[in-house]
Amino acid sequence: MTIHEPLTEPPASTTEPGAAAGGGLTIRGLHKILGGRTIIDNLDLSVNEGELVSLLGPSGCGKTTTLRMIAGFLEPDAGSIEVEGQEVSHLGAENRPSAMVFQNYALWPHMTVAKNIGFPLKLRKMSKAEINDRVETVLELVSLLHHKDSKPARISGGEQQRVALARALVQEPKLLLLDEPLSNLDAKLRVKVREDIRKIQQELGITTVIVTHDQEEAMSMSDRIAVMNAGRIEQYSTPEALYARPETEFVATFIGSMNRVEGSLNNGLISAGGDILGIRPEDVILHDVPFDGALPATVERVVPRGHFQEVYLRRADAQLRSFVTGELMQPGQQTYAEIRKAMTFRDGRLVAESGAAR
Amino acid sequence: MAIITDSRTGPASRTRRPLTLDSMVRSALVVLFVVLMVVFILGPLLWLGVRAFAGNWTFPNLLPDDWTLRWWQVVINDGALGVAVQNSLFFAPLTVLVSAIICLPAAYAFARFDFPGRRFFLISLFATNAFPKMGLFVTLAALFYALNLMNTVLGILVVHVLGTVVFMTWIPAAAFAAVPRNLEEAARDAGASKLRVFASVTLPMALPGIIVAAVMSFLASFDEAQGTYLVGAPAFMTMPTQMYSLVLNYPTQVAAVFSILLAIPSVALMLAAHKHILGGQLAEGFQIK
Ligand SMILES: Nc1ncnc2c1ncn2[C@@H]1O[C@H](COP(=O)(O)OP(=O)(O)OP(=O)(O)O)[C@@H](O)[C@H]1O
Ligand SMILES: [Mg+2]
Repeated sequence: MTIHEPLTEPPASTTEPGAAAGGGLTIRGLHKILGGRTIIDNLDLSVNEGELVSLLGPSGCGKTTTLRMIAGFLEPDAGSIEVEGQEVSHLGAENRPSAMVFQNYALWPHMTVAKNIGFPLKLRKMSKAEINDRVETVLELVSLLHHKDSKPARISGGEQQRVALARALVQEPKLLLLDEPLSNLDAKLRVKVREDIRKIQQELGITTVIVTHDQEEAMSMSDRIAVMNAGRIEQYSTPEALYARPETEFVATFIGSMNRVEGSLNNGLISAGGDILGIRPEDVILHDVPFDGALPATVERVVPRGHFQEVYLRRADAQLRSFVTGELMQPGQQTYAEIRKAMTFRDGRLVAESGAAR
Repeated sequence: MAIITDSRTGPASRTRRPLTLDSMVRSALVVLFVVLMVVFILGPLLWLGVRAFAGNWTFPNLLPDDWTLRWWQVVINDGALGVAVQNSLFFAPLTVLVSAIICLPAAYAFARFDFPGRRFFLISLFATNAFPKMGLFVTLAALFYALNLMNTVLGILVVHVLGTVVFMTWIPAAAFAAVPRNLEEAARDAGASKLRVFASVTLPMALPGIIVAAVMSFLASFDEAQGTYLVGAPAFMTMPTQMYSLVLNYPTQVAAVFSILLAIPSVALMLAAHKHILGGQLAEGFQIK
């Protein structure tokens, strides 16, 4: 049996975020109560200039609310929002240096693609010729020049998405905000468009905040990810760190997949105890023959997942899941399972990381 | 070069579906429906059309005994009728304009703001139309006497506008409410002031609904007879009020001619609106939210 690699390969981050110096976005003590409930709870976030940060979290955790406060559609109850060192929280959406891409694109159906993109420039009192120039440039950037005179309803969802992006980019915003920009696209297109967005964002060096509930999307696009839960940021770090060193049990469960077992790990053996063990399925290694640190295990269920299989195992001490590549295993099959790495959580927080014999 | 023939397409394309009993019944029903439509909707119109050009028409004959343009001459040469046409074409557009100026802001407020008494206002608008009109007009006339509004343009205008308030408020309110907030927010985000957002996004998107309301108001004003007669006659006769005296004083052919004239603006307006609304952006617009 071979060892499976971690499923989500984080991209090599190009620009290692430096210290937040003036540029970018700084949020301090953001607070919002809606309908009598605290939706955003004293939230701090700083995004460096040119950095792409994802707000990632389960449905209802307050991602959209946060983004709408940054964009200026919603007034915070408390807190400050600074864009490139300038306080913006007292400004209306029309006066903020940010541009937003809406989840359902919000293209104006009565205007052509070119008119949609040109509208922000028209408001800035540019000449017709200049507007036309800029619209064409940005349409070329999103490769949609051929749809210049189409109405939004006539083009596909992916193309609408790119028009919405172009309409934001043409404003040359200091801050680009995207609310689940890919959720209306099919799986394949989503991968392509997120690469497009990332490429354009890096080319133009725009500070960007993306809201998503798709961890794979966040992992593959972002310089850093802020994992949100119930109106707070649980952890704010690079995709690699988030996966390898989750600070809380919530993050460990939310990012990737995890075996959650009550107990503690001693010499590869789980003994009953008060803590919570988090074991990544890829850290459960299967061996055909007895192996030092591995315990006999029975395969109970096998779920093929395409290029790997998810194997449900019963060991004497616990039930475990493992990701395995290679030939399909059979229920009932005997094998030897080794726990190579485990995280220990106490009161929801990471207290120890144990790497068994490597 | 080899010619490849597909043996399957030949016979297949020649086979016809046999006429089943089911499909015969269905087409018989369709024919029946069409005939009924023609008899009950087009029939009276056709009769009107023939009537307007008829000389003598003895009873059992399907067509008139002779044809003439005399009745058209009567109508066109009659000074009073010409004035009535002018009056109608003056009051109807003016009514639409005034009604729009008064009602559209209200419609927008109903659609976008939640203020105390909002529901009450909306319902009471309907209530004005629920009463028998004549009762309302008689009360109004009493008031108009006191205010010296009888036989004045303003008086007639008030009557006409009152008749359009429901259309001009309810339909545009629904149209405004149907404009997705997102689209307005996107415009604000692009840098537009609130006024600009309204002019560039909200209004154009609600326009089809507003046009429907305007057309209905125009027709309502154009057809308004009771109140106009009460408040305006005899100083201001419009086409429908003139109809009353025509029916009493002239042969029926003149009334037929007049009916056709009265219908022309309505039909033209309906066709134009129909084309604009169904063929235009409305159908497209609702594909994206
Ligand atoms: N106007 C409002 N009044 C009351 N509660 C609200 C209002 N707007 C949002 N909420 C609540 O705030 C919480 C956060 O909403 P938000 O839209 O920010 O979630 P989200 O993280 O974007 O979720 P999703 O991934 O489903 O879009 C939800 O529980 C929602 O019900
Ligand atoms: Mg959301």
